[in-house]
Amino acid sequence: MVSATTSRPVSKHRVRDRAAPPTLERPGVAWALPGLLFFLAFAVAPMVGVLYLSFTHWDGLSTPQFTGTENWSRFFGDSQVWQSTLVTGILLVGNIAVQAPISILLGVWAAGHQRNRAVLSAVFFLPLLLSTAATAIMWRQLLDPNFGLPAKVEWIFGANPLGTRSGAIACLVLVTSWQFVPFHSLLYQGAARAIPHTLYQAAAIDGAGRVRQFFHITLPQLRNTMITSTVFMVVGGLTAFDIVLLLTNGGPGTDTSILPFSMYQTAFRTYDYGYASAIASFLLLLATAASVLLTKLSGYDKMTSTLEGV
Amino acid sequence: MNRVSRRWFLTATAATTLGVTVAGCGKSDSSAASPKGNVDFWTLQDPTNSVQKAAVSTFNSTGHGKVSMSVIASDGYKDKLRTGMGSSKMPGMFFNWGGGSLNDYVKAGKLVELDEMLEAYFLPSALEAGKVDGKLVGVPCRGTQPVFLFYNKKVFAKANVEPPKTWADLTELVKVFRRRGVTPFALAGNASSSWTELMWVEYLVDRLAGEGLFQKIQDGDWSKWQDPAVLKTAEMIKELVDDGAFGKGFGSVNYGAGGTSTLLNKGKAAMVLMGSWEYAVQQGEAPDFARNDLGYVAFPSVEGGKGDPKNVVGNPTNYISVTTAAPKETAAEFLKTTYSDAYVQGLVEKGEVPVTTNAGKLLEKAADPAYAKFQFDLVQAAPYFTQSWDQALGLTLGTPLLTEIQKLFNGQSSPEQFVSAVLAIKK
Repeated sequence: MVSATTSRPVSKHRVRDRAAPPTLERPGVAWALPGLLFFLAFAVAPMVGVLYLSFTHWDGLSTPQFTGTENWSRFFGDSQVWQSTLVTGILLVGNIAVQAPISILLGVWAAGHQRNRAVLSAVFFLPLLLSTAATAIMWRQLLDPNFGLPAKVEWIFGANPLGTRSGAIACLVLVTSWQFVPFHSLLYQGAARAIPHTLYQAAAIDGAGRVRQFFHITLPQLRNTMITSTVFMVVGGLTAFDIVLLLTNGGPGTDTSILPFSMYQTAFRTYDYGYASAIASFLLLLATAASVLLTKLSGYDKMTSTLEGV
Repeated sequence: MNRVSRRWFLTATAATTLGVTVAGCGKSDSSAASPKGNVDFWTLQDPTNSVQKAAVSTFNSTGHGKVSMSVIASDGYKDKLRTGMGSSKMPGMFFNWGGGSLNDYVKAGKLVELDEMLEAYFLPSALEAGKVDGKLVGVPCRGTQPVFLFYNKKVFAKANVEPPKTWADLTELVKVFRRRGVTPFALAGNASSSWTELMWVEYLVDRLAGEGLFQKIQDGDWSKWQDPAVLKTAEMIKELVDDGAFGKGFGSVNYGAGGTSTLLNKGKAAMVLMGSWEYAVQQGEAPDFARNDLGYVAFPSVEGGKGDPKNVVGNPTNYISVTTAAPKETAAEFLKTTYSDAYVQGLVEKGEVPVTTNAGKLLEKAADPAYAKFQFDLVQAAPYFTQSWDQALGLTLGTPLLTEIQKLFNGQSSPEQFVSAVLAIKK
């Protein structure tokens, strides 16, 4: 495809460019085969397997025993599952509410040409280079009430940040944001750079100030990026696990035991793979539904460009 | 939010499914045909396994067969073992923690019953957790790790008090140290460290009701949680928490260096209830403190309790178990090395306190003979050594139990709610 378009002299045949030449065909199905096989083997097959396991009782040692809908009826009557779903939702909303504004502002700022921008950006993006495990362990030490931050600034963190429900949730949002704001900023930075300067020039001529330009040009132009970034946050949030495992371990009690964590605990701590598969299937459904809903609602699936008419 | 965890999720589901496939293939006969041959031995990646390594190479030169040691990182060890045991790649011998973790393997017919003659070489209280339904399936291979009270001698001298011998002493000390602005007991209440809270529950139940109560629960009578001693324990713990025995922020405190251990060696806390490994943690973090000011005593007796005050709780030791995949004679011969003088001395030099009958005379070679002797005597004199409940019950029951204990300490559930929640774990 690429060679077909680039090999033709561009300037001479402008008109012919618009209508696709008859020689240009869509690539055959064979091209998609490696990717498709990979997807089948490592995504679809496990999903089908999990779905099957959710109708069985399996301890990992003996042969799975078919138990019909037992896991599922237990699932729908399990108050812990609903609490987990609720906490997952709270974390999701909390993370989006905290991360989205910060990363938009940071990203747009980083797209500019200010002094020291490069140096400061590099510093801001540093958390992105750390693994989630390292981040979580570092913060767990930082949140120690005797030797960590709460000992110095108790009015911010409280005396027992990880020992209360609201504290633990706030800590999870804080640490996740700390780690992933740089990633989302990077998305916004790229997108903000792509906004044509002519738009700002025109707005400036019309007398629009910085704030007005931001709200009427920058934000609308970033629409698609916002959707991408939110999809990342939603799907990532639904499956976020490592940070919970290492920072709060689902505690205090089961207060921050989000769905992926309770799935992990059911499967790999209590060896109830059947029930864990039921949770996994539900999670899969939830994540898929959330991203489909998000793309539908936002019109992202129509793939309209923010640059139309420019 | 992040792609790492999403990838994790996919791998996890993939792993689960692959597990099914592997388990499906695992039906082929994995029992060994010839009595001598190659035994695959899975063990933990830790500094002490050099002793095992030495034992393996000595053994391999004796001509009884060959043992090949697979060293596995400690973090994923239990998961890997579980998957391995369900597959055709089952190890012939493996390192384990005894108790409930072996239960499932025995039920699935994976383990070999060991020669009772072996029992004569070990301390009786340390063998209990190596048995399932009275049958020996695990042989001790490491040192013992009893739980007891550690204290800061300087802090005690300053307050002019003695370590507690009875529960009354203990509650009195709580008041003394509170007045002096010192946290009486360092406690790691962070959700990943709830096993440190479990130690309190284990000791109190044992002191109040004796070892029989938990023994019955472990043997399957879950209704025994209704015993008044359990409620009484929960009430005593609530009282300690309310009296500030653990300080106010313990719910965010981590175990070990930077957490409980630092609290103790900096004198911010007076005592900590911990396993014998605390000594090594202190040595690593504050060598001077470990040498001069770290004191240790047995858990106090509880007035009016039915339990023997000499009983201990903790990890009796670690075990080696033999599976049906191992050539019988080679495995049996290898197990004999675990109580040889060379092996035991190797353990002692690594700072362990072995549970073999010949260990007593070898403890003189320990880096701190007084400390080694204290532990050995504690375990030898103990009529009963209760294995940590989470290990004894297995993780299936142990994990939700830890959660309920955590809620009790955090004040999220009352003593009554604690009892009914624990009862509800196994229907």
